[in-house]
Amino acid sequence: IICCPPPLQMQFMLLFSRQGKLRLQKWYVPLSDKEKKKITRELVQTVLARKPKMCSFLEWRDLKIVYKRYASLYFCCAIEDQDNELITLEIIHRYVELLDKYFGSVCELDIIFNFEKAYFILDEFLLGGEAQETSKKNVLKAIEQADLLQEVRLGGGDLHGI
Amino acid sequence: MPAPIRLRELIRTIRTARTQAEEREMIQKESAAIRSSFREEDNTYRCRNVAKLLYMHMLGYPAHFGQLECLKLIASQKFTDKRIGYLGAMLLLDERQDVHLLMTNCIKNDLNHSTQYVQGLALCTLGCMGSSEMCRDLAGEVEKLLKTSNSYLRKKAALCAVHVIRKVPELMEMFLPATKNLLSEKNHGVLHTSVVLLTEMCERSPDMLSHFRKNEKLVPQLVRILKNLIMSGYSPEHDVSGISDPFLQVRILRLLRILGKGDDDSSEAMNDILAQVATNTETSKNVGNAILYETVLTIMDIKSESGLRVLAINILGRFLLNNDKNIRYVALTSLLKTVQTDHNAVQRHRSTIVDCLKDLDVSIKRRAMELSFALVNGNNIRGMMKELLYFLDSCDPEFKADCASGIFLAAEKYAPSKRWHIDTIMRVLTTAGSYVRDDCVPNLIQLITNSVEMHAYTVQRLYKALLDDISQQPFVQVSSWCIGEYGDLLVSGQCEEEDPIQVTEDEVLDVLEGLLASNLSSPVTRGYALTAVMKLSTRLSSVNRIKKVVSIYGSSIDVELQQRAVEYNALFKKYDHMRCALLERMPIMEKAAANGPTETVQTNGEAEPAGLEPKHPPTIIQPANQANDLLDLLGGNDVVPVISTAPAMKPASAGGELLDLLGGLSLSAPTPAPPIPMSQPPFLLDGLSSQPLFNDIATGIPPMTAYNKNGLKIDFTFERSNTNPNIAIITIHAANSTEAEMTNFVFQAAVPKTFQLQLLSPSSSIIPALNQGPVTQVIKVLNPQKQQLRMRIKLTYNHKGSPVQDLAEVNNFPPQSWQ
Repeated sequence: IICCPPPLQMQFMLLFSRQGKLRLQKWYVPLSDKEKKKITRELVQTVLARKPKMCSFLEWRDLKIVYKRYASLYFCCAIEDQDNELITLEIIHRYVELLDKYFGSVCELDIIFNFEKAYFILDEFLLGGEAQETSKKNVLKAIEQADLLQEVRLGGGDLHGI
Repeated sequence: MPAPIRLRELIRTIRTARTQAEEREMIQKESAAIRSSFREEDNTYRCRNVAKLLYMHMLGYPAHFGQLECLKLIASQKFTDKRIGYLGAMLLLDERQDVHLLMTNCIKNDLNHSTQYVQGLALCTLGCMGSSEMCRDLAGEVEKLLKTSNSYLRKKAALCAVHVIRKVPELMEMFLPATKNLLSEKNHGVLHTSVVLLTEMCERSPDMLSHFRKNEKLVPQLVRILKNLIMSGYSPEHDVSGISDPFLQVRILRLLRILGKGDDDSSEAMNDILAQVATNTETSKNVGNAILYETVLTIMDIKSESGLRVLAINILGRFLLNNDKNIRYVALTSLLKTVQTDHNAVQRHRSTIVDCLKDLDVSIKRRAMELSFALVNGNNIRGMMKELLYFLDSCDPEFKADCASGIFLAAEKYAPSKRWHIDTIMRVLTTAGSYVRDDCVPNLIQLITNSVEMHAYTVQRLYKALLDDISQQPFVQVSSWCIGEYGDLLVSGQCEEEDPIQVTEDEVLDVLEGLLASNLSSPVTRGYALTAVMKLSTRLSSVNRIKKVVSIYGSSIDVELQQRAVEYNALFKKYDHMRCALLERMPIMEKAAANGPTETVQTNGEAEPAGLEPKHPPTIIQPANQANDLLDLLGGNDVVPVISTAPAMKPASAGGELLDLLGGLSLSAPTPAPPIPMSQPPFLLDGLSSQPLFNDIATGIPPMTAYNKNGLKIDFTFERSNTNPNIAIITIHAANSTEAEMTNFVFQAAVPKTFQLQLLSPSSSIIPALNQGPVTQVIKVLNPQKQQLRMRIKLTYNHKGSPVQDLAEVNNFPPQSWQ
């Protein structure tokens, strides 16, 4: 007999600027493009309206939103009710650290111009909304190796191939 | 054919656009170029083009024409292609599009690729967006990889399995064998993801949960791992601010929670480690608090010793004092969850919680408010209410309605005195009077009515406040009602609780007329005001002025107001003799359990042609739960027996105590004496004339004799209402076998509390002699609980010049009449 568990999952992560421009969107639940756009628009508005003295959590629809601003970028996760908000803040922080290590003092421009790499790093850190690797070193090592693979050519394409 | 523009070049170009239109133009141009490139099946630059497409997609532009290209990239041999291809698939495709199934084969191949990074891509994609069909097809591959010794792949396979299970729960079983030795891994990635997998399985299936508890002895394993994490020295690879792998610690704590919940043995086995984590974790940074938080959640959910629970609540209490608002938020949330079960422990932190009402953060304020209400009790009501009223004063509008309702509730439960209660209510009304919920108005009116000794004080306070501000509608409504009801006390300066103020009748009427005329008053408020004015006609002496006001509104554009005014006008004219009784002081109201059934019964009575227009009374007199008492008064023809029915409408109490007909009844309402045309039909038709709505006749309930004494015989015949099966319609037939007629005949009846009763007008008040034709009257009985029907009747009449009065009990109702 299989019962329905309480939901326990990160549903999506969004990165956006102070002007509301989307810099990264990772969805862990299936939604139509239209729905994603609507959610993004509303959530961005809600988070940008928050004052600095407010806490990093807010209830939005039936989700908990955990967000933190790093320089000009907002990192925003939607988790389900049972999740631990404080550890989600740590997840966000870990991701920023990874980006920082990879790009060397990461700034928003790095994410803009190298968005695909930001995704690759995220996908090496989280899978299906859960952390797959808790060692910073191991995540960065994997990315490094994968990047090197891009230089091994069977046909065309170098690291800056695109 | 020049190479397509590079991705970063494109990004740079697009960012130079100064307007939205300019950007759109650039995008469209590039889109077109990309599309033609796709059409040409260009392999070399497909990767670059898809990457650019993904960038444009992020900006919000359409990219669906790239979906198939992603699939081609995935199928390519080049790693760069695969990387972008899978990324594109995750961004542009989802399980809704049929095309995604084309990925399945590619993923299957890549899951078996010789390069682990390719396998990784496949696992990631499947674990992120795999549809149920894909999961079904590929579950076997995932399971295989779950058993590999390659930790890089194993950890990804574990999370992929989690996704598969979420999508296709039936497949859970097949992953069970692979979980056997997952926890003996040293690799933290594998450990973490394994714990997630085990958590998913335990949560989804009680059988799994049981299996892992008993057979696999999961708890000791987890305890051991957690212990090692805490006790082990500094591990640079996993350290976060001096704590070793907080992510893993938190996940283990969560799994322990699930294993320990409702299970004594498991809970006991983890008791020590929980205490250890709770006491030793560094709390200076968020990461330590995250672990503490998870620990607290676990302690509260499992069967922990009381000492441990107190420890947990104290941690939350300390959280409340933390400078970090996130920590405070989390503490309040948790305390709210535990306040029911560990009430006393939470009470100890009450003052800190109350302080949080002043926090700047909306979420914190809301939680603090909810928690405060949960903590109010008889001992702390005065202090708490001070804080809550202060909060009500200063909080954002979004809170005011909830806060006001909460205060009313708390006041009702724990008010130390009636005066305090009234004062509190008035404070809320004057502070947040426009945010008070509509349903509070009748409740407050009821409360005020029932606080008899406070009437003068209440009306005086409300009157004074009304002079300052008439904009808050709920407040104004309650005040109008009070002035209408107790205006005499106001004018006569009878207040004991505080110094009485000098108010003249004219001043009072000025205020009410002001409300009627003001733009700030809602239609509902105007209704209240007009009724209040009307009521004052029996309480003050300025009847002429009141008459004028009422007649003015007889031509109001507001139909509701007009109708009231017209009816009140009629009260002054044709029915002046009834005015006093109708506008009498309200009796103490019990909390009406249900107004519904009563309404149903009364509705049927509407068929009676009334001298007044057949207005449904509840809209005339508010609040709704007074309708029970008033309906009969205003039905026009449903007269005297009202008094006997009113007590019957009090809510059900246990047994069926028959009501004392005489106690507490003021028989001031007139008898059926006023000749009302409709009640004089010929005898033969009597039985039918008062039952116009009922079509089902003779449902086979036998008639009975209810009373037979001194020549007066009263028979009951029965019918069932065809609109409500719980209503029985009884027609009484009163016959007089003596040689002298019985005049001024009044029949009254009372029923047990679980019933409700309505008497319609009798056909006549004179029972002719020698059985020359009975007087009939219809009684409607509502019996929602299908209890045995009993009735006490009181008969009064004049016979041969002397008044006769008799009481009797009727217990011989046929079962069909009440079953």
